Amino acid sequence: MDARLLLLADSRLPAGGHAHSGGLEPAVTAGAVTDVAGLADFLRGRLATSGLVAAALAAAACAHAHTGDQAWERLDAEADARTPSPAQRQASRAQGRSLLRAARTTWPHPALEALATAVREPHHPIVLGVSAAAGNGTPHQAATITAYGAITGPASAAVRLLGLDPLAVHRTLADLASGVDRIATEAAAAPDDWAALPAPSAPILDLYAELHMSADLRHFES
Amino acid sequence: MGANHDHDPHTAAPAHGRALRLGIGGPVGSGKTALTAALCRTLRDEFDLAVVTNDIYTTEDADFLRRNAVLPDDRITAVRTGCCPHTAIRDDISANLDAVEALEERHPGLDLIIVESGGDNLTALFSQGLADRQIFVLDVAGGDDVPRKGGLGVAAADLLVINKTDLAPMVGSDLDMMARDSSRVRNGRPVAFTSLREQPGAPEVADWVRSVLHEARHDNSHTARNHDHAAAS
Repeated sequence: MDARLLLLADSRLPAGGHAHSGGLEPAVTAGAVTDVAGLADFLRGRLATSGLVAAALAAAACAHAHTGDQAWERLDAEADARTPSPAQRQASRAQGRSLLRAARTTWPHPALEALATAVREPHHPIVLGVSAAAGNGTPHQAATITAYGAITGPASAAVRLLGLDPLAVHRTLADLASGVDRIATEAAAAPDDWAALPAPSAPILDLYAELHMSADLRHFES
Repeated sequence: MGANHDHDPHTAAPAHGRALRLGIGGPVGSGKTALTAALCRTLRDEFDLAVVTNDIYTTEDADFLRRNAVLPDDRITAVRTGCCPHTAIRDDISANLDAVEALEERHPGLDLIIVESGGDNLTALFSQGLADRQIFVLDVAGGDDVPRKGGLGVAAADLLVINKTDLAPMVGSDLDMMARDSSRVRNGRPVAFTSLREQPGAPEVADWVRSVLHEARHDNSHTARNHDHAAAS
């Protein structure tokens, strides 16, 4: 694996992720996640739904970047169509914008410039896929990094919000690693026809995201 | 323009030079928001201003500034920092850069954007990628030994403000000692003793900001002249 891809998967990448909890904070506020076991269930659900959708979009974006084609607006619209919650759309575009800034500086690549020109604030998985391509990654690797990020972001937020034991949380992440690999394989095997990309939804996450926007106390943007 | 210009992650400077970005950091309760409000009131008629607040968990500070109407609402933006105030000003400045750039887009011609950090510890330091200059705010009631302990904020900030001097007799803080200890770790960089209760306009700090803005404008026009020369030759 190209070491540039390790940078892309690293939570220390300065791309704004630390201020987003991937829906974990509203789940904690609602009392749905209180301990490591609850976190494991949350992460499993997130991985199978929005994690798969994001991984498939990232794989498609990575493949598209390698072809040199530039139908970025259409792929971005596919991401919109799979993100019914306006709050989640906003969070995804905010993180996409931040990642685009980081990626253009870190791995300059024509596909990143083409994406930035075509879409003002592209969705996060699209930028992640193109960044993986810029780091010489395959669509499958783009999907793995994306699926991995779908669980590590909320896990880190849980350590901060609930004071969970970081070792126990990492044990949970390790247990989920084979699930990440399965989701990445499924995402990378998705059809070339973008309209047929996976689209499972998680209505409770959509609802949480909306409630979070009107909450009085918010540590995380989303 | 260099070959790397296309990859410059920051907004291109407007013709007059982009707004100066001033970070204000310091521990919880030292008076960062009150100082920000004071600077806005004192400087808003002289300069085109905007503020970004970094709250630990609420929009408390932005709301305070709005309630006190120190600036119009659309010149105040709050960012959330995911329980890590120093990460947002140092390790990952994305959210703050986005907020700064959005303000610059909305208000072309801004002279100064104040980025107020969430309350943090003594090691907090603004990234050079976010702030052109930074102020660190302590208060006398937080302990008169804090300057001696040093810390990155106390030692390296462009201006150290020691606030709430009116409380010194009540809490038994030795201001002379704080001044001596500060100058020892600051290599001659300035220290301002303030009491926003006694001088709500923070005149000394406002003067320092004026001089920094003046200097930045001078640098910009100097750079512009050099570019003109280069273009002409």
